[in-house]
Amino acid sequence: MDLSYGQEYEDFRNEVRAFLDANWPPKESATDGKSLGDIANEFREKAVDHGYLLRNIPKKYGGCEQSPDSMKAAVITEEFRKVHAPQSFGGIGPMMLVPTLLERGEEWQKEKFVAKSVRGEYQWCQGYSEPGSGSDLASLKTRADLVGDEWVINGQKIWTTTAREADFMFCLCRTEPDAPKHGGISYLLIPMDQPGIEVRPLKQMTGGADFNEVFLTDAKTPKDWIVGKRGEGWLVSRTTLKHERNGIGGAGRNDVMLAGLVSLATNAVRNGKPAIEDAEVRRQLVFIEGYMKSHEYSSFYQLTRDVNGKEPGRLGLMNKIVGTNISHHVARFALDLLGDGGLLDPSADDRSLGRVPGEARQWVTQYMYSLGIAVAGGTANIQRNVVGERGLGLPRDTFANADRSAKQ
Amino acid sequence: MNFDLSEEQELLQETVKQLLANELPATHLREIFEGDTGHDPALWKGLVEMGIAGLIVPEEYGGADLELLDLAVCAEALGWGGAPGPFFGHSVACIALELAGSEAQKKSWLPRLATGDAVGTFAFGEAGGLWNPSEWTLVGGDTLTGVKLNVPTASLADLLVVGVAGGGLVLVERSASGISVEDMQGVDRSRRIDSVTFENTPCEAMPGDLAAANRVRDAALILLAADAFAAASKLVDMCVEYAKTREQFGVTIGHFQGLKHQLANMAIDIEPSRALYWYAAHAFDHIPEESERSAALAKSHISDRAMEIGRDSVEAHGGIGFTWECDVQLWFKRAMFDRAFLGTPSLHRDRIAQMSDW
Ligand SMILES: Cc1cc2nc3c(=O)[nH]c(=O)nc-3n(C[C@H](O)[C@H](O)[C@H](O)COP(=O)(O)OP(=O)(O)OC[C@H]3O[C@@H](n4cnc5c(N)ncnc54)[C@H](O)[C@@H]3O)c2cc1C
Repeated sequence: MDLSYGQEYEDFRNEVRAFLDANWPPKESATDGKSLGDIANEFREKAVDHGYLLRNIPKKYGGCEQSPDSMKAAVITEEFRKVHAPQSFGGIGPMMLVPTLLERGEEWQKEKFVAKSVRGEYQWCQGYSEPGSGSDLASLKTRADLVGDEWVINGQKIWTTTAREADFMFCLCRTEPDAPKHGGISYLLIPMDQPGIEVRPLKQMTGGADFNEVFLTDAKTPKDWIVGKRGEGWLVSRTTLKHERNGIGGAGRNDVMLAGLVSLATNAVRNGKPAIEDAEVRRQLVFIEGYMKSHEYSSFYQLTRDVNGKEPGRLGLMNKIVGTNISHHVARFALDLLGDGGLLDPSADDRSLGRVPGEARQWVTQYMYSLGIAVAGGTANIQRNVVGERGLGLPRDTFANADRSAKQ
Repeated sequence: MNFDLSEEQELLQETVKQLLANELPATHLREIFEGDTGHDPALWKGLVEMGIAGLIVPEEYGGADLELLDLAVCAEALGWGGAPGPFFGHSVACIALELAGSEAQKKSWLPRLATGDAVGTFAFGEAGGLWNPSEWTLVGGDTLTGVKLNVPTASLADLLVVGVAGGGLVLVERSASGISVEDMQGVDRSRRIDSVTFENTPCEAMPGDLAAANRVRDAALILLAADAFAAASKLVDMCVEYAKTREQFGVTIGHFQGLKHQLANMAIDIEPSRALYWYAAHAFDHIPEESERSAALAKSHISDRAMEIGRDSVEAHGGIGFTWECDVQLWFKRAMFDRAFLGTPSLHRDRIAQMSDW
């Protein structure tokens, strides 16, 4: 066991620091008249040239194609974070579609989509769920028929995050109506800006509207905008789902959440004193930290196994639910610390009330959002099925497996 | 970065597990658990021959000179097998000698402890739930007079490392005058606890200070965390096995999603915490600035999880789970020991809060 980075990586860290010293924040003369977004993007391009961002993306698709080295990646993230330098774009395209394309896409698809998607120039949304098909995703009904050189798509998707902003959707459609449920699905890429697609925002319990309904009425996409073969969409979607779950269940945000709780407890008052001085509050912070650190160190372990080409065992099936359980703990404790702040509508405007209620509203939003992430990407119960059946080897559910359908 | 066990560590763990699988079948464990001493000399001899007794004793004193992580992964394997006997007390006594003993004391005791010719233990606890070195009240000097409580396997020991006021440590030979040892009838009958009363008992001060005693305590916390992880994992395993064999309504009960989800929750609760005790054990030898805090975090978190899993495990077994006959109680009680020994989770959470920068 060795948690140190060692000389090689400390040298590398110095290189990264020197790069950041020279380039971030940029000199004022170099930023004259440019938008913040342009400034950040210029910096990102330099970082890609130096081999610091888009490391796992091949050069021909706009990355810098470094050999996988999670230690270097960790050093880069640490150093960039320290000086608040822009990192690679996150979101649905870079995190879910790009890895799927790299693993399963055609050459021309990678050339066309990867470079622009990882730069945020192409925005994506994920068209999986339907009104009648959530956990039982493979029962989906949205249909795509090949007419000449085009797929013609009819049906409805729901809970589609960022559909309004997206240029494209990666979408599961039924293309082989006579095949068994799982074998009849294809993975299509669809341009969003066309008459056959109508997007309607869905208002969330938080008052915001990140997700949408998407109605597809004779929507069209070219014949070869399919990832994998006809009828292989289910398989392809498993690739994406794995990336989604690891994204949701990552331990990366734990430190931020804990620091947030500490700050909330410092400002909140209990028995006439700052809540952070209250013994119960202090214990609760440590209680949550126990879960967070377990999660974080388990991610070190999984990384090590991965680097050495070994399986992580049961742990590998647990990341999403371990992460969401932590979010639940954080949310509950935050609501408790908020006290009267828990009476506030999270989406309301605070101009008349000043700054403090604004913070409270953000926590109320997080309180509710912890439930959104427990559902998105496969519900907690579905995760429990996965752990119980594949992790512990308990008998498979007879209902859900009559046709192998649960979103596992 | 490399956060995984080495091949040697995996082999070590496997060898201990194998020894226990051979020498400690469930029926035999139960005999020991129900017996008078909670000890099986032949089993201890087998472990000693494997090198367990001197695992972390420095080479110059006849030990294998390994690290706390190596010892902790053994503790996990022993906990998994439900091993009775002096391992815990003995290991902590060895660590105390190494960290706080004088050269002469090390020379005189460590070689014998490493070969298992002598057995050690440590006496930290005092009435009123006082465990921490800074809280000890027993007055040191050339002789001791007073009582230590919850001393693990004192009746099996030749040497006691005793904590005294100010956070010092002293050595007392079991054969010294004025000692009486009484079985406290602890809940975990595989690791007995005794009260030890001293009356003008000759003792020998160790040069180590409060800081050394605190480090000995931290090592003990990590061994408890490893054992608690093992107890919880064993219980999950027992529940899963039971769910695959017990039938109700014409099917094995593992078919019922309510139970399946309970078992999944138990596994989800405990599995990630293995990394927590690994980290604490690694930090003990390699990241001194994090060592004290991470030892306390591992002990408080894992022993808490293990106890909850113990409760769930009884429930998952139905009526049989509540019986003396069912083996669930053996690991349930290990979890009780690991949770209470050296102080409850809340006690350590308070300490951790105090060590934090908030
Ligand atoms: C914030 C958010 C963002 C989302 N973004 C997207 C997106 O961008 N694209 C997209 O395609 N989808 C998205 N989703 C949808 C999400 O994937 C589905 O909501 C989820 O898979 C559950 O499906 P459902 O809503 O139909 O619930 P259902 O499947 O109807 O589940 C309802 C309840 O029944 C339980 N249940 C169902 N089956 C079983 C079973 N076999 N065993 C035990 N319990 C079961 C569930 O656990 C749940 O508690 C998003 C959801 C949320 C909340």
